[in-house]
Amino acid sequence: MIDWSGYIGLILQGAWVTVQLTLMGSALAVVVAFAAGLGRLSRFMAVRALATTYIEFFRGTSIFVQLFWVYFVLPFAGITLTPLQAGVLALGLNVGAYGAEVVRGAVKAIGREQREACIALNLTRFQAMRHIVLPQALPLMLPTFGNNAIELLKGTAVVSLISLSDMTFQAQVVRAQTGSTLIPFATILLLYFVMAWLISFGMRWLERRVSRGLDGVRV
Amino acid sequence: MEWDWEFVRQTMPTLIEGLKITILATALGSVVAAVIGLVFAILRMTAPPPIARVTSFAVEFIRGTPLLVQLYFIFYVLPDIGIRLPALVAGVIGLGIHYGTYAAEVYRAGIENVPRGQWEAAKATNLTVRQTWIHVILPQAIPPMIPALANYLIAMFKETPLLSAITVLELMNQAKSIANSNYRYIEPMTLVGVFFLIMSLISVFFLRWLEARYSRVEER
Repeated sequence: MIDWSGYIGLILQGAWVTVQLTLMGSALAVVVAFAAGLGRLSRFMAVRALATTYIEFFRGTSIFVQLFWVYFVLPFAGITLTPLQAGVLALGLNVGAYGAEVVRGAVKAIGREQREACIALNLTRFQAMRHIVLPQALPLMLPTFGNNAIELLKGTAVVSLISLSDMTFQAQVVRAQTGSTLIPFATILLLYFVMAWLISFGMRWLERRVSRGLDGVRV
Repeated sequence: MEWDWEFVRQTMPTLIEGLKITILATALGSVVAAVIGLVFAILRMTAPPPIARVTSFAVEFIRGTPLLVQLYFIFYVLPDIGIRLPALVAGVIGLGIHYGTYAAEVYRAGIENVPRGQWEAAKATNLTVRQTWIHVILPQAIPPMIPALANYLIAMFKETPLLSAITVLELMNQAKSIANSNYRYIEPMTLVGVFFLIMSLISVFFLRWLEARYSRVEER
């Protein structure tokens, strides 16, 4: 009979790494998504071109390829990252590119009359964005952001392949040490599912929170 | 370390070998996904409530967990109960089941988007169930689905590097083995990225064309 308590501890350590990666990756993704999404709507051609290139590049290749590129090729350019940094960077930039399209779509979905009203009220472009457009666009973005966060959570499994000891990596360790396959993999599948469920639950709460006071604004 | 074109030229044939396996896995995976998606969609829409609920939960579960772990599960756990699959087959099944759950949603949305009036008109003109599906519902439901399905096809293609984790010798795995045996990472890893980028840029144009071609059905 195998003593499972130690192995469960190992998997829980991995779960903590997965949670950290998901949170930090999401934070980076949100920042990048707003920067690139609003960049694509910029007045300046150069900013638009830069944002479009970034988005197309990161949506065109998978997280796995990007992660390996960050981890194995960047050191030759003199940038050496720890696996955790590489993981957060690749996940954040990858999901940020998808998020940027969501930001752009939501901002464009705000009606013309809102922008015209801003001009009529003599608001600057920044004021219009900050006080009028974004508060209305945010509730439109959140459901898709929730899906993106779950995609990011699923993406974290890939970092186990650059020897970062996340949940998937620890499950492989347990498999190698005990020879049992069903229990470690079934456990982590369940844990991933619970995390995904928590994300969608949290997002629904956030959605209610930010759409408070917006009743009747949209038809 | 500098970029070395000579090394690129030497390793190209091996990478092309890998690319073939990548494309093969995508093609087989998409067939499996199309079929499994249909099964999931039909079970969710027409099966008795308990089965429909179990299917819904299974779909949610598969969508909420990483493809990599599912591949490990198929490749490492199934042999314990006597099902020993070659790596490529395990990979294709994994891709197929994972993307089948996405395809199921597309099918469901497509079928539900056919207006109720069409069903009622079919009944009023005394068509059988079979005739209703084949001549009325599916011809209207399928064209709007095509761009969405193609979108997931591209997504699946981009995810195939994960198969390298269960020892399938596809593009990524070939690149890794070249890199490891020559201690040169820049060229193989960058080339893999370039391959995928080119393929997906081409497929984006293809997708735009599909969207233009098929999304106008409702305007008629």
